[in-house]
Amino acid sequence: MVKIDSEKLLEMYRKMLEIRYFEQAAVKLFQSGMLPGFLHSYLGEEAVAVGACSALQKSDYITSTHRGHGHVIAKGARLDKMMAELFARKTGYCKGKGGSMHIADFSIGIVGATGIVGSGIPIANGVALAARMKKTTQVVACFFGDGASNTGSFHEGVNLASVWNLPVIFICENNCYAESTPQREHQKIKNVSVRATAYDIPGVTVDGNDVITVFKAAQEAVNRARNGGGPTLIECKTYRWMGHYIGDPAYYRPKGEAEEWKKRCPIKRFKKRLIEEEILSEGGAKQVEEEVKVKVEKAIEFAKESPSPLPQEALEDIYA
Amino acid sequence: MPEIIEEMTYREAIRQALREEMRRDEAVFLLGEDIAEFGGSYKVTLGLLEEFGPERVRNTPISEASIIGAAVGSAIMGMRPIAEIMYIDFTPLCMDQIINQAAKIRYMSGGQVKVPLVIRTQGGAGRSSAAHHAQSLEAWFVHIPGLKVIMPSTPYDAKGLLKAAIRDDNPVIFIEHKLLYPIKGPVPKEEYIIPLGKADIKRVGSDITIVATSRMVGRALLAADELGKEEISVEVIDPRTLAPLDKEVIVFSVKKTGRILIVHEACERGGIGAEITAEVIKEAFNYLDAPIERLGAANTPPPFAPELENFVIPDVDDIIKKVKRLIV
Repeated sequence: MVKIDSEKLLEMYRKMLEIRYFEQAAVKLFQSGMLPGFLHSYLGEEAVAVGACSALQKSDYITSTHRGHGHVIAKGARLDKMMAELFARKTGYCKGKGGSMHIADFSIGIVGATGIVGSGIPIANGVALAARMKKTTQVVACFFGDGASNTGSFHEGVNLASVWNLPVIFICENNCYAESTPQREHQKIKNVSVRATAYDIPGVTVDGNDVITVFKAAQEAVNRARNGGGPTLIECKTYRWMGHYIGDPAYYRPKGEAEEWKKRCPIKRFKKRLIEEEILSEGGAKQVEEEVKVKVEKAIEFAKESPSPLPQEALEDIYA
Repeated sequence: MPEIIEEMTYREAIRQALREEMRRDEAVFLLGEDIAEFGGSYKVTLGLLEEFGPERVRNTPISEASIIGAAVGSAIMGMRPIAEIMYIDFTPLCMDQIINQAAKIRYMSGGQVKVPLVIRTQGGAGRSSAAHHAQSLEAWFVHIPGLKVIMPSTPYDAKGLLKAAIRDDNPVIFIEHKLLYPIKGPVPKEEYIIPLGKADIKRVGSDITIVATSRMVGRALLAADELGKEEISVEVIDPRTLAPLDKEVIVFSVKKTGRILIVHEACERGGIGAEITAEVIKEAFNYLDAPIERLGAANTPPPFAPELENFVIPDVDDIIKKVKRLIV
């Protein structure tokens, strides 16, 4: 812990809270019928996105998933433009053409979030290939879940990254379920990271609810990728607090399982540690919480006050 | 101007377009299965590795989704990849990357990004390749907003259209025909570009319009020669680009001739002929002197045995028969 400066630790804490409060607000808004479409909550997985993205530079890239709010907030996305997109407003990141599952901000390296499980993996390779062909030192963090680790895209993608030695950090968020199917029913292995052996790349499994552990693993992988050492597979064990989507009662989960995981809340754990190490005071913590709450409220206000797209705008942005 | 024209094959014309564009723009690069030393399954890229090196002529694993994913990812970062999918029959393996990613990233991100990507592939029957190596699947791609679709029938068109496709800022599906590779034709020595979305009148006529694509253009021209001997004057139009489709040229021609036959090698059901038919009905209904006819392959998978394959694919006699039915 001593190696990471306090300012950075506090920034990480703030980002985790941003995700938490944004997601709590989004769930409420969705349940009250204010957001169209689907909503896949990132609640409980905050340490993965923040740990990984904290190891990146602003000029680095990420690819995200259907459960992507956490990734993009951690990479620096604006809450107001995100919330406006969830509200299907013209001022949203995608002008109301993508929605919750597809937040992109190319100006800060968020090159898209895809709704097809696994499909971001081959694309991450292309982004990394472009960086290498342009002779930059940029790297790509590619997020996906345990479910995606069974797709053909995973095999084809990780294999190509390996054989081309591409600067990609494959971050598998193992949240115990592929939609409703528990891991033991969708793969025989316990740790997705063992699959790295098949591609002759480094693979590690870390506690995905401990932001510092995730950060350190990501930092090592980022350094390796930046220095020409190729890709790494990092599996972060975590848990999805909500169902697959909001509205999914998640009856398939054993009683008490979610409660057990909530005891390992990544934000409470990190806060406790910061306070113990006197990096954060109780008063300071309250202040951050207030500031983030206000930021989320302002994002909601911005979204609500924003205009809807004009119907005929549906016909724009198809071709360049 | 014969001194500035040279004869070359369809294969050479495509290779020349690739070479010229790679020399012109460093962002252009190739990736695909066996395209480097081996020169590609149909030898289109032969010799390009020697000139441009392995960074820009990239052999890939047999991983179609990964090929197109890498192309999409690099295209949105400002490179101009040209991905080769060896057979159009293999595009189902990368359909997610083509349909859900390449065609939609721009739209779904609210226009934040361009996808300057060309997918070169080849299709068509006639070599007893059977149904995993001989289909004509262009209509699938025509159906997807966000994609452009090209099917060149001559060396001249192939070169000029491929250069335009490479310079286009959108994903373009460039569909070659395996039996056209050795066909020779005139190609200007000086540089030229054929804009996408422009049909070409391959033969002027007054009694009937035949709209034909890819290898069927040559067959339509042969049929037109035969019919000419019987005083039937046939106009042959090659749309060249199927999306966007040059409706104006087709409709203008039908208004002149009053009759239209659409010929393609893909199965008739759900083929591009249906789309052209609908446009002609909408724009030129009152000019029609006969029902609109389509001639595609029989609605079967392309068979292996030459007798079977020849039976299902439209030939010159089939075209002549259809035309005569419409002219009577």
